[in-house]
Amino acid sequence: MAEELVSTLAELKEKEALKNVENRLNAGEDPLKILEDARRAMEIVGDRFASGEYFIPDLVYSGEILKEITDMVKPKLAETATETKRLAKVIMGTVIGDIHDIGKNLVVFFLDINGFEVIDLGVDVSSEKFVDAVRESGAHIVGLSGFLTLSFGGMKATVEALKEAGLRDSIKVMVGGGQIDERIRGYAGADAYGDNAIEAVSLAKQWIGG
Amino acid sequence: MFIYPENWNSLSPDEKMGARFEHWISGGGTKFATAEAEKTFRRHAQRIKDIVQLRKPDRVPCTPMADAYIAEYGGIRYGDMFYDAEKAAQAIIKFHRDFQPDYNMVMLGPGKMYDRLGMKTYRWPGGDLPMDTKSYQMVDSDYMREDEYDQLIADPEGFFMRTYMPRAFTALEGWRMLPTFFNAMEFPIVPMLTGVLATPPVREAFEAFLEAGQIAAEYMGTMAKITEEVVGKMGMPATMGGFWKVPYDIIGDTLRGTKGIMLDVYRQPDKVLAACERLVPIAIQMGIEGANASGVPIVIGVLHKGDDTFMSDAQFRKFYWPYFKQVMLGLMDEGIVPGALVEGRYNTRLDIIAESGLPAGKTFWQFDQTDMLAVKKKFGGWACFGGNVPTSMLLASTPQEIKDYCKNLIDSVGQDGGYFLAPGADIDMATPENMHAFIDVAREYGAYS
Repeated sequence: MAEELVSTLAELKEKEALKNVENRLNAGEDPLKILEDARRAMEIVGDRFASGEYFIPDLVYSGEILKEITDMVKPKLAETATETKRLAKVIMGTVIGDIHDIGKNLVVFFLDINGFEVIDLGVDVSSEKFVDAVRESGAHIVGLSGFLTLSFGGMKATVEALKEAGLRDSIKVMVGGGQIDERIRGYAGADAYGDNAIEAVSLAKQWIGG
Repeated sequence: MFIYPENWNSLSPDEKMGARFEHWISGGGTKFATAEAEKTFRRHAQRIKDIVQLRKPDRVPCTPMADAYIAEYGGIRYGDMFYDAEKAAQAIIKFHRDFQPDYNMVMLGPGKMYDRLGMKTYRWPGGDLPMDTKSYQMVDSDYMREDEYDQLIADPEGFFMRTYMPRAFTALEGWRMLPTFFNAMEFPIVPMLTGVLATPPVREAFEAFLEAGQIAAEYMGTMAKITEEVVGKMGMPATMGGFWKVPYDIIGDTLRGTKGIMLDVYRQPDKVLAACERLVPIAIQMGIEGANASGVPIVIGVLHKGDDTFMSDAQFRKFYWPYFKQVMLGLMDEGIVPGALVEGRYNTRLDIIAESGLPAGKTFWQFDQTDMLAVKKKFGGWACFGGNVPTSMLLASTPQEIKDYCKNLIDSVGQDGGYFLAPGADIDMATPENMHAFIDVAREYGAYS
């Protein structure tokens, strides 16, 4: 039963995966075990994306199936469910003026399945919000996403705001998305540019010494 | 404006294309201020015809695609381009006079018209974005629900008018109640159609639509003044005659949203395919209307959701390319040159496109981040291409770096003609020195011996 969920979810077989969850819940199985299987399946999905076998629609679809599974399992979860230990906190957001989120969501997804605790600020995020989030969370990694060329300015303004707030030296900033490249990394004063979500994970791991 | 000659229907596609190019290159009815301006216009337009038909022109043409930067350079906010026609005209004219590009870039959007319609599908400076925002952008959402494919397929235009428009434009909500115009067939049921028009919601919607049309017409009247300067006096042709869309993008961008179509591809693939097929003639019609209105024979499809990462190879072959190709063929039949602005990366798609059997020398491809050496290898001798100068360079590089990058492109992929120098996307942020370097390099370095 367990392996069946891992394989059906990883293969994006929605109906079979949901049926498996339903059967297991009806049989009284530990909901945490079901979620753990789903997590393993999502790791496979991530690996397949990294190797070029899966594409963005596969991630979106698997994410949708996972959401359905979580919704089914949630009511059965004990309130005392244990939090899994996370590697480090990462603040993510699409910079001010830009409401695109596909790339940003991919980075959030991959950081999450790789053990990071991601604080997702959403889209059109002001530099003040980034500063507040760093202060409140104590995170040491910030990811700035942007699709439009106007995000060139938003990224620079955000890095400057972090500097003015006295936080710049204690954090690492990565940038990426649409028209962003190494030149804009330099222009914005960020620490690194990542071409895709997999690179974002490598950067974050590198920065926490992992 | 391109007006069909009387014998249009008896012309072959090649003859139609010839007629459209001839009309465009001759100025298409433009009143040129000087003989020099006319000569300049003809030279620039001929250069585009040459590259489309895979010849070597006198030199490499350059199409800089400046957008929000035109406002910045002109000392106005980007929002002024939408809300102050006079300021917009001055900025556009100043940009063209100072930088002397080969081709004109004139884009005007009447802000008050979007306001009057209550357009919800975009955000723009002066709408709900600050006036100095350097871009407008679409609001990605599912304006068509997942169970509405059958309605779209049965009657795309009717669905768009009665279901999409009321959702996308606050002021057009009354259009939900529009009856079918087929009521006009029979004497006693004509009032079924006309009577509804008198009900307040429908009436208000039509009033808004009429007013929006009036605002647009007045705003676009400024175009005449700009055209007089930029085309009539400076001799700079436009290269984009209008727009078409890939059917998959019509559904993914406009109707179902990015997430919606990605799920539909798995959950109801047959509906997606049927809808794509149904939208082919509409996409062709968009291109024909654009080419006729502008008199420019090249119309552009901006490609969004077929990028290397946005779908698998198998999905591209099944959902994206067949209908994309049908639209291109349909436009060619009308003597129009279908162009594509290939956003993102298309490294894995080049073979599929180049080997699809589309005729040589009749299409136009501008790439964003695709590997240009691969493009040259696959498209060289088959279709004209250009693009790839990173927008980031215009802001964050030096003039010399830009010149070096462009020279390298010209040397490595532009030597055989059929090539134009262009950025990968619209230029919203730049420095004047960099813009000069980019526009000048084609003149200084791009001559064919």
